[in-house]
Amino acid sequence: MVNGLVAGTILAVPAIGFTAIYAVLRFPNFTVASHATIGAFAGYVVNTSLGWPAPGAVAVAFVVAGLAGVLNDEVVLKPLRPSGALTTAIAAIALTIALENVVRFIFGNDLRGYDLPIHRDWVVHGVRIGPQQVQNLAMAVVAMAGVFLFLAFTRTGKAMRAVADNPMLASIKGINAETVARLVSFVGMGLAGVGGMLLGLDTSIDPLTGFRVILSVFAAAVVGGLGSIPGAVVGALTVGVAEELSLLVLAPAYRTAVGFFGILFVLTLRPRGILGERAF
Amino acid sequence: MLTFAGLYGLMALGLNVIWGMAGMINLGLVGFFAFGAYVSALLTLQAGAPMAVGVLAAAAFTAVAGVAMALTTARLRGDYLAIITLGFSEVVRVTASNEIWLTNGTDGISGIPGPGRGRLTPEAFNLLYLLLVVAVLVLVFLLMQRVRYSPYGRVLRAIRDDDQVAGVAGKPVIGFKIEAFAVSAAILGLAGALYGHYTSYIAPETFQPLISIYIVLALTAGGTGNNWGAVLGALLVVFFMESTRFVTAWLPGLQPVQVAAVREFTIGASLILVLRFRPKGLIPERIPRMEIPR
Repeated sequence: MVNGLVAGTILAVPAIGFTAIYAVLRFPNFTVASHATIGAFAGYVVNTSLGWPAPGAVAVAFVVAGLAGVLNDEVVLKPLRPSGALTTAIAAIALTIALENVVRFIFGNDLRGYDLPIHRDWVVHGVRIGPQQVQNLAMAVVAMAGVFLFLAFTRTGKAMRAVADNPMLASIKGINAETVARLVSFVGMGLAGVGGMLLGLDTSIDPLTGFRVILSVFAAAVVGGLGSIPGAVVGALTVGVAEELSLLVLAPAYRTAVGFFGILFVLTLRPRGILGERAF
Repeated sequence: MLTFAGLYGLMALGLNVIWGMAGMINLGLVGFFAFGAYVSALLTLQAGAPMAVGVLAAAAFTAVAGVAMALTTARLRGDYLAIITLGFSEVVRVTASNEIWLTNGTDGISGIPGPGRGRLTPEAFNLLYLLLVVAVLVLVFLLMQRVRYSPYGRVLRAIRDDDQVAGVAGKPVIGFKIEAFAVSAAILGLAGALYGHYTSYIAPETFQPLISIYIVLALTAGGTGNNWGAVLGALLVVFFMESTRFVTAWLPGLQPVQVAAVREFTIGASLILVLRFRPKGLIPERIPRMEIPR
């Protein structure tokens, strides 16, 4: 249960990225997978070769994945948006595979681990907790709190919500949709990068790191309500706990399948997800 | 090689029914392909069914899976179908790697029977199988041409262009969508079953998401909405993949991993380029005109 909540909190980070991009740009941007991988590797490089500690490396993961996200969106996906959300989604899948192979080209297929100090597990009321887990959790919470403060209190954050809510009205009020699109790509993919790195801190990373969790990310976003940022958090916690509880009855490898059946279940009963599609 | 082109052609035809005609997307093509391959392999090996039964059962099973997915997302935007099909292909792979009692896990299933394997020389077997695949391809192609020019195909195109108008015109849109998805899934399953009987060995790693990209690339390059385009595109893609194999062999100083990465990158990049610069493909779709009956 505790593990599930921790996993869910970390999962919430890329899920917010995915759902925020969906809210503004109105297409499922599957490149979340490859940007999570890019972020994980960017963090890996500064962590192992420059010796940066995990929080600094996570910040680097955010910036690098965010910049890559803006670049890829500008160059590849934006020109395709007029041809429809589904065409863009197809291109996003192709782009994911292309980017993944860029990472593979540079780093190869081997599993890589971060260079972290080793701590002894803490035992609280008979539950074992790893300090690294706590640190990951803290970083995920900080990232999410940052996003919420940004959306709630800054002018640009409000502009982003306005575009997600009603693009036409927002443009009448003089909000530049292009800028907002770039911004949401940066923040969304940056969060994907942070998510990829946080997931990697627990285990190890390889070029498929992002693709492996993508189903849980989708599940979190759909369960909470596609396009809703608080929904992504609720969805991620639900999926995290469900995956953890499923270990009681299923083999660990079926974690991803839990996400899939979660999607099927929610779509059948409550297609708009727990919190509906409103962005914020 | 041509056999693979034929199988890819089959899958492209299957995708064309939903993406080209009804405007629905399936990003987990490889999941249906794998599902079909496993169903047929298991039925022939474990239950001792003849190959024809296995292949037909594979088509039926994948059709049912397709219906389930189309049903859950029928009332929602196409994005959900995209997510759910992508998820399906992952689940198929995870299940295939872990249900060891059934699928032998990541070791895969070997010794899948093929028609006349063992009795014929390998060359004769390959030739026979090529003929078989071509025959199935022609059959499915003719069927799909029939669908395309029939009132049924017209309704599907109407749904693609505007499903509300089609609904107002009294067409049961959801029913049509589900049927189209079932047909498409069945064709994918059929292709998968034929694949298994051809190579005699299937394993979860055989069914990479990249295969879905091949097929979408084949259809888009050839011409979406067009059965000729689907087949031509599949030929092109196989030819293109083989040529990248030769080209990357020429690149000096690369690790095998890097060579593979370059090839996969090329496939992804070329799909993006085709979507961007040649979205209608080599043979653009022509809307068939009604002929006046004489």
